Amino acid sequence: MPTFFLSRLLSALFVLFGVTCLVFLLLHLVPGDPVEVMLGESAQPADREALRQALGLDRPLLVQFLDYFERLLRGDLGVSLHSQRPIVDLILERFPATLELALAALVVAVVIAFPLGVLAAVRKDTPWDYSAMSVSLFGVSMPNFWLGPVLILIFSVWLGWLPVSGRDEPTSIILPAITLGTALAAVLSRMVRAALLEVLGEDFVRTARAKGLSERRVIWRHALRNALLPVVTILGLQLGVLLGGAVITEIVFSWPGLGQLTIEAIQTRDYPVVQACVLLISVGYVLVNTLTDLVYAWLDPRVRLGEGG
Amino acid sequence: MRWWLPTTVLGLWAVFALFGSMLGLAPNHIELDQILTPPGGAAWLGYDDLGRPIWDRLVIGAQTSFVVAVAVVAVTALLGTLIGTVSGYLGGWIDHAVVRVIDIFLAFPGLLLAIALAGVLGPGLNNVVIALSVVGWVGFARLARAQVLSLKHRDHVQAATALGVGRARIVWRHLIPLILAPLIVEGTFAVAGAVIAEAGLSFLGLGVQPPAASWGSMIRDGARYMLVAPHMVLAPGVVLMLVVLAVNLLGDRLRDKLDVRGRERR
Repeated sequence: MPTFFLSRLLSALFVLFGVTCLVFLLLHLVPGDPVEVMLGESAQPADREALRQALGLDRPLLVQFLDYFERLLRGDLGVSLHSQRPIVDLILERFPATLELALAALVVAVVIAFPLGVLAAVRKDTPWDYSAMSVSLFGVSMPNFWLGPVLILIFSVWLGWLPVSGRDEPTSIILPAITLGTALAAVLSRMVRAALLEVLGEDFVRTARAKGLSERRVIWRHALRNALLPVVTILGLQLGVLLGGAVITEIVFSWPGLGQLTIEAIQTRDYPVVQACVLLISVGYVLVNTLTDLVYAWLDPRVRLGEGG
Repeated sequence: MRWWLPTTVLGLWAVFALFGSMLGLAPNHIELDQILTPPGGAAWLGYDDLGRPIWDRLVIGAQTSFVVAVAVVAVTALLGTLIGTVSGYLGGWIDHAVVRVIDIFLAFPGLLLAIALAGVLGPGLNNVVIALSVVGWVGFARLARAQVLSLKHRDHVQAATALGVGRARIVWRHLIPLILAPLIVEGTFAVAGAVIAEAGLSFLGLGVQPPAASWGSMIRDGARYMLVAPHMVLAPGVVLMLVVLAVNLLGDRLRDKLDVRGRERR
């Protein structure tokens, strides 16, 4: 058992290192001279030289990387070129909003997906099943940058129930959370359906039914509990889709989170901030996934003893 | 509804993308007295905030998304399949290294890496294709590798090896034909992904540049005028959703027909 945990942690560390390398190289993908792109063509040569030195671009690539890596380990993400403020501060300001949005979207997804998936599985091959799966298909096919404006149009502009954008009122979160959560709800409901169908065919479900338990109890207490585990792991993986989608959702609703910070930084060519945001969101994603895997292995011995992750 | 809906929608998409320019459209023609005119009248889908006909711009948008989707899926399918197949077949340290690289790429959530890449490379359709290809090959590579791993010890491959058939030929003639079905299904879903991603990047202003049209940039422009001209955001959104829905439906049908099991499982 310790070997499984150790190997899982080691591979997570390796992935984190690789992610750092890629993010570091991002700045070197800027076509032409990154300093010129960031400062504009009219910049003074002295300013360019100063920025080049500040970013360490005048030194060999390997030295730059080691320096970048060492500063990261000390928690130093550098300074924003645009606002001249430490990037750590910028990120700490925006992070709570993104976390709030992601969690709210997760709640929306779970609340929609479980009833839908259970309904489809229990009433397999009936009109209920088909309708539930059609709703799910619409959900995956509706890009959030379109769903968002449509929801704003209906609930904010026409009905006037909810705020159009921003994060000033308690109700501000509702539309962004639905926008971001819908696609996940769609994917999740299909998974719940598939997992539940698999479990419903097993012996212990037949036993539970033979004992004379009510169908409701068989489904919710016996079948769903066992179907839940694989769904939870996949939920961890789907979190990545959520975090990526958060960038666009934040732009649609002017939600002041990390995604908005990333796009603002791209627009102002503040590449160190772009690097930091991408790095942080990805690291968060890797950590959550590793944690999910470990918890899963802890809950279900078959994972760490059998084929393994 | 099983086949005709997806094939009709996708057929129309392809036809408009390939032959739309023959319709004598004027996507960038500005009618100043028609600004924000709702559907009906001179242009059946109305005009946008600059007085350009929305229908004409939708057709050009179809071209944009079609070209990007075809280019991205062609590049990523070829590259990913090649990398995954060779890696799985050869095994050893090459396979080890490839798996590590795949893991690293999978560590970037959703569109995030593509957004960052497109942002750093600068706007433009070419860079959209590059950014989406860099991100997209992983799915094909992972699938192809997993399939080849389960196939390479089969008798017919062993027999070919014993007969002295070269490695390249084994991969090409004895492995790839057998993994084609799941790859086609993956490719279908990849088209949906590419269409959404292109529109998403253009929505963020990282894709096509004005005055060129993309459904994504049309939605972005439309979102600013929702109070007065909701048709600007509804028209491109409905078309985009129909195309993505059709591709997803087609993918589902193909998966059932070709009897490919779900593409999950890491």
